[in-house]
Amino acid sequence: MERNPMRRQLQTLRKSLFDQGYLDDQFVQLEELQDDANPNFVEEVVTLYYRDSGRIILNIEQALERKPFDFNKLDAYMHQFKGSSSSIGAKKVKAESTLFREYCRSRNGEGCMRTFQQLKKEYATLRRKLEAYFQLARQAGPVETACRPK
Amino acid sequence: MSDEDIVNNNLTALVVDDSPMIRKLHEMHLKKFGLKVQVAENGKNAVDLFRCGASFNLILMDKEMPIMDGAEATKELRIMGVTSMIVGVTSLDSIFERQAFMEAGLDHCFTKPLTSENIIFLLQELNNKNNEEN
Repeated sequence: MERNPMRRQLQTLRKSLFDQGYLDDQFVQLEELQDDANPNFVEEVVTLYYRDSGRIILNIEQALERKPFDFNKLDAYMHQFKGSSSSIGAKKVKAESTLFREYCRSRNGEGCMRTFQQLKKEYATLRRKLEAYFQLARQAGPVETACRPK
Repeated sequence: MSDEDIVNNNLTALVVDDSPMIRKLHEMHLKKFGLKVQVAENGKNAVDLFRCGASFNLILMDKEMPIMDGAEATKELRIMGVTSMIVGVTSLDSIFERQAFMEAGLDHCFTKPLTSENIIFLLQELNNKNNEEN
């Protein structure tokens, strides 16, 4: 049981990210790679994710402004985005990506647009939550080992 | 192969991917298992490294990259006589596209991102390969 109140708060916050479905096991794999020599590894990877994926989001936005929709291109962009999101364990974002791709395959433009709006919300929400988590982690000091959520 | 053998190796690896995030992730995964790792941003950079005399036991090759993609780079490396283990790491979900990538000269192909289990498998394969060659 963690005695340090800030670390307890950190553990509670971390558990909520998994319990509420924002993150999956891939995030734990990232944490398991972090060590004393690379104490900010997870945050660095997540930062790179938001940088890379931000470009893809922009590409999709621009593609959705062009009519008629190029569903093959939209699908290709989202495939790339989904792959990146999977790499950090972004569970809800990944789910919306899958749905978007299904709408691409069925040539449903309205479905694509609706899902993309939802995806952007989940993407932004996760970013906020992870930023808060990393800020708290920095204040709390190093956490000893990654542990899988029960 | 014992856990100690897995980590105490003199193996080298090249991670070829246009995503900085994936390069960082796979580099860390491999370093955790004791490999010495270099990275390349695309297939052409990977081929150029070999042309300059570099060699690696293991190459992790992404498929979709600008300038020279993974399939083209793999074919080029095999034509050059490179016998390193080349492992495709891709998010491609079409069986046809994966098969085409394998046929370029890969030894294995995994879905991104790699896991520790994938790496343990690859290290065991590399160990078997070294034993056969000696």
